[in-house]
Amino acid sequence: MEALVACIIGALTFTGVYLLLRQRSFPVILGLTFLSYAVNLFLFASGRLAVNAAPIIGRSASYADPLPQALVLTAIVISFGMTAVLMILAIAGNLESGHDRVTLDADDAPSRDDGR
Amino acid sequence: MMGHWIIAPVVLPALVAALMVIALRGNLAGQRLASVACVLGLNGIAAALLWSASLHGPEAYFLGDWPAPFGIVLMLDRLSALMVALLAALALPVVLYAAGSGWDRRGDHFHPLLQFLLMGIAGAFLTGDAFNLFVFFEVLLIASYGLMVHGGGGRRSQAGIQYVAFNLVGSSLFLIALALVYGVTGTLNMADLAVKLPTLPEGDTALIRVAAVMLILVFAIKGALVPLQFWLPGTYANAPGVTAAMFAVMTKVGAYATLRFGTLVFPPDLPATTDLLSTLLLPAALVTLAVGAIGVLGASTLPRLAAFGGIASMGTVFIAISAFTPLTTVAALYYMLHSTLATAVLFLVADLVTRRRAHARLTEAAAPVARSGLIASLYLVAAIAMAGMPPLSGFLGKLLVLQAFRAEAALVWTVILLSSFLMILGFARAGSTLFWKSASIEATVQAHPPEPLAFAATFALIAGLGLLTLFAGPVTDWLATLAQTLDQPGGYIQANRLGKGP
Repeated sequence: MEALVACIIGALTFTGVYLLLRQRSFPVILGLTFLSYAVNLFLFASGRLAVNAAPIIGRSASYADPLPQALVLTAIVISFGMTAVLMILAIAGNLESGHDRVTLDADDAPSRDDGR
Repeated sequence: MMGHWIIAPVVLPALVAALMVIALRGNLAGQRLASVACVLGLNGIAAALLWSASLHGPEAYFLGDWPAPFGIVLMLDRLSALMVALLAALALPVVLYAAGSGWDRRGDHFHPLLQFLLMGIAGAFLTGDAFNLFVFFEVLLIASYGLMVHGGGGRRSQAGIQYVAFNLVGSSLFLIALALVYGVTGTLNMADLAVKLPTLPEGDTALIRVAAVMLILVFAIKGALVPLQFWLPGTYANAPGVTAAMFAVMTKVGAYATLRFGTLVFPPDLPATTDLLSTLLLPAALVTLAVGAIGVLGASTLPRLAAFGGIASMGTVFIAISAFTPLTTVAALYYMLHSTLATAVLFLVADLVTRRRAHARLTEAAAPVARSGLIASLYLVAAIAMAGMPPLSGFLGKLLVLQAFRAEAALVWTVILLSSFLMILGFARAGSTLFWKSASIEATVQAHPPEPLAFAATFALIAGLGLLTLFAGPVTDWLATLAQTLDQPGGYIQANRLGKGP
């Protein structure tokens, strides 16, 4: 099970980083979402992987660590909110400037105008 | 002893912000009044916290009365009290400037967002729990996104996307580091980590080293350390001037967290990490200072110049932090106090100029701005402070840093002195284009509202710099005691009452 979870985390991180390096805002947002999935799984695994163990003492022979579950819940809520904010920014930027490139335009850096 | 007052810097702005959104929606005068009242209250609380921390030493606040390693604690000690006081002292002029310059009129919810930002930063300074630090980082970031795109504009939204994306990657790194720390030690309470890490089994040291480096990466993103500074110039130069001035304290969150983790959780005498942090931080900080100074010299607009000045000052702060000895910590903190105020002054002056000038470019002169003489003298003071020339506190701060690094004079002194020279050149070049070359252009001066409150706010910040210079002796003495408590964190750890319950 450990190897499987590790492979999934690795694949999610790979996809996330690859998409993050795109130039358009939509793949970047998708990449950040994949990255946060990977992070959430990793955070969950930090409390050790256990099967058939409730996070309550006395219900089963062994018990799962409840703290990482609480941490993951917080992280999910936060990354959900952040993705929403990023979406709104991306839509606003797209509507106002007519394109969805993540790079800043030439007029943001007038010092580089001469070189182009 | 402060008791429940320790959480007041977090709760007060949160309540006032919520009140403003619900009860004062669209009522700008009411929002301004509530905002100023809240920041005044924050100043009072911060002064009381500072007083208590100096008299009684570290004190813990147990949220929900849960005992320390299990629940979340807020920690009041000299360092956190100082940072909260700095935050409150900066917030007051910023709020006044926002009202005086009319920035808060350009969009809804400027004041609530500012209060949420204050809540997040105060929480990040006060918390004694690593995961809680992450949560407060997110609170301050989400408020800063709103402030950054305040007033709108396509370019601002584009720069905002870069800023948000960069910081979300930073948050992911932070969570991975926290998961590693928790997986190895089973705790995220910072005092508990300080107790448990020295007795770590040999096999786990590699994981802890990875976690330590990742945490430093996250704090370096926040503190705009090279090579992770790319987000700062675009963000700060495109953000509203008043927001950029408030952001001057946001980079200091990264510096504060580095100092806290480098002295408490990963001290230089910890077998697992030893001098790992110093060896990573010092070269990065030196390059940061150099990049900032070159950026000041080559900046194309005044806000970009201010942003690079901010990067250079973070370089100096991180140089001083990187040694993690009491002597260098005093220098780092004194320079941090100075550079927060100085960067804010520079951003406010840049805003005063750019709103009155025909265009923002520094490469060509424009018609003289209204009230050119007064603004030019304000710019002169800000430039003197940022470049670290006498008679202002920047000079004393740099002197303290140089003195603390007498052993490594060849490298550190060269970089600091050369970059100061470059910055003086950059500021002089920008100032002559802005105020002298414009005098030769025959054009009528564009009328502009006088904005007395905005000027008063800028003067208040400069008065803060003056006080910091005048009382440099008592301040550094007080900081020396602070540095001692950071070096010997026994009191901080005891205040957590680990394993005994509150």
